[in-house]
Amino acid sequence: MSEPAVEVRELTRRFGDFIAVDRVSFAVARGEIFGFLGPNGAGKTTTIKMLTGLLAPSGGEGRVAGHDIVGERPAIRQSIGYMSQLFSLYADLTVAENIAFFAGLYGVSGERFATRRAWVLAMAGLEGAADRPAGELSLGWKQRLALGCAVLHEPPILFLDEPTSGVDPIARRRFWDLIYGLADGGTTVFVTTHYMEEAEYCHRLALMNRGRLIALDSPARLCAASAEPLFAVTADDPLAALAALDGAPGIVRAGLFGRDLHVTTAGTAAGRDAIARRLAETGVPLRALAAIDPSLEDVFIARVEAAGGAVAG
Amino acid sequence: MALLDPVRLWAIARKETIQLARDRRSLALAFALPLLLLVLYGYAIVWDVRDIALAVVDQDRTAASRELVDGFLASGYFSLAATPERPEEAARLFARDTAQIVLVIPPGFAADLGDGRTASLQVLLDGSDANTATIAMGYAEAVARTFGQNVLLAGERLALPLVAESRVWYNETLESRNMIVPGLVAVIMMTIAAMLTSLTIAREWERGTMEQLAATPVTRLEVVFGKLLPYLAIGLVDTAAVAALAVALFGVPLRGSPLLLLPLSLFFLFGSLGLGLFISAAARSQVLATQVALVATFLPAFLLSGFMFAIENMPAPLRALSYLIPARYFIVVTRGIFLKGVGIEVLRVQGLLMIAFAAVGLALAVRSFRKELG
Repeated sequence: MSEPAVEVRELTRRFGDFIAVDRVSFAVARGEIFGFLGPNGAGKTTTIKMLTGLLAPSGGEGRVAGHDIVGERPAIRQSIGYMSQLFSLYADLTVAENIAFFAGLYGVSGERFATRRAWVLAMAGLEGAADRPAGELSLGWKQRLALGCAVLHEPPILFLDEPTSGVDPIARRRFWDLIYGLADGGTTVFVTTHYMEEAEYCHRLALMNRGRLIALDSPARLCAASAEPLFAVTADDPLAALAALDGAPGIVRAGLFGRDLHVTTAGTAAGRDAIARRLAETGVPLRALAAIDPSLEDVFIARVEAAGGAVAG
Repeated sequence: MALLDPVRLWAIARKETIQLARDRRSLALAFALPLLLLVLYGYAIVWDVRDIALAVVDQDRTAASRELVDGFLASGYFSLAATPERPEEAARLFARDTAQIVLVIPPGFAADLGDGRTASLQVLLDGSDANTATIAMGYAEAVARTFGQNVLLAGERLALPLVAESRVWYNETLESRNMIVPGLVAVIMMTIAAMLTSLTIAREWERGTMEQLAATPVTRLEVVFGKLLPYLAIGLVDTAAVAALAVALFGVPLRGSPLLLLPLSLFFLFGSLGLGLFISAAARSQVLATQVALVATFLPAFLLSGFMFAIENMPAPLRALSYLIPARYFIVVTRGIFLKGVGIEVLRVQGLLMIAFAAVGLALAVRSFRKELG
């Protein structure tokens, strides 16, 4: 494999005294779908802005598509597609006018423009809606159109900043089918998210919290590497069970998960006993108690708490 | 990588034109407002003093006194508003704004004239409007002088030793409108140009599209010039329309070459549009940008450009400040081309100064973008 699509070393960004991104290092291979997962304020968007040349780093270095993120920003802009978390097409322009505008900015013209335009319309499912104002489209369509405009020039690397905020799971799934299609075609996809289901779609995940990179692996390995035993607790009164277990001896963490509780304990056998004993002591009837494999969300919460918790707000 | 790629420049200009064509507010600002302003201000700002309300206290009641009053009314500057019995009523007439000037012809006026003595005539003026009072006093003295000369000539058949034959050039009838309307063209175009572009970059910031632009290969120069092009075209159309209206509606003479007005307007518009873009990029909010553009262009162009007040009469600091107001140069251009019919040999300096202003305006606009953009 040749040089990575994205590579950063000790990347840092300060805003006054606040360190938004703190000495982050990682590499993204070509054709990889690389997820950036973290709570709000973790530094995901700041990182993506430094990689796309929208923000200058305070320290460290990075290369995107082989170009330096400080010195070669014009070259980077020609080799990337970027879709920001806000809808950033022109609402007063039609679908076709938006496509033509971005094609002009990326220098896509002539026969290639006709081909790419048709491809974007088909990809986004907007063949019959070319003359509709972009502002009138549903959010799912807007996001697919924005994706199409971002890849008009067939960039080797695509940056997506929380691309599917606010849409239903079906529209999200459709969007991700398009991402997989692009990745199959060799495009490297760098995506930030705080949706677990979106994170599961990524080949590799970088977990961020408070500006630090706290874990980096495939979703499956992140779950498997979770050391602490996890139990699903079913009780008639889950709130009373939560009150009883939270902070009790031998209990690391307890939280509601649907109608059940997910409870992390210090040891497997001791943990089972600790839960049962504590509930008996406090008079909360226990329906079922089972050891389970952690979901990505369990891992995410555990890792963030272990790293000092999310920033408030 | 080219700083000014024609394809990207065209993409920006085309997009801006489509957005403008779909935005009623901008369209009204671009096409209706300049003409509306010209008509409103063209009619409202009149410095000519006509039909000054005159009250006459004729205590003589002779053919000579009536002849004098006729002389005042025939001049066209005065209209008879009252004929009170006693001079003491002047205060009441001034207080109620019934009269601005009171003429008191004392008893024995005709007798003094007939006997060859100097007859006296009292003129009272309402000084609360100093401007009108000064002008009315000048007119009254002129009418009295003419009357005196006629008496002299009729009696002795003498020739006057000296007569000044005044002739006014460029604005023969001394109509203030001929001076105001060409100046208005400059004031209006400065304001409209800056307000038009003040919306465009702030709108991109407000709607989040600027970030998307910043992630594409487009450069700052391309964004600035691409956004300028459509407004430059509109500005030229506006200038031509306003100039045509000045001639058609207000009868202002256009003695110089309209073809010279075109390139000079172009320089002026470049600077004003650039200033609007700069304000837009700095303010980042459409409402704020429009207000700043209005205040930053209209007031200086109105007050400090020589449009309303002669620059030579201003205190030194304001006079120095006026050199920074580009409308100052464009007003010399419009008045020169409209009234004097002068050519580039006279307006060269103004042209060069407006090119300098355009360069500064555009440089400010390009610089005001975030460093991150191209």
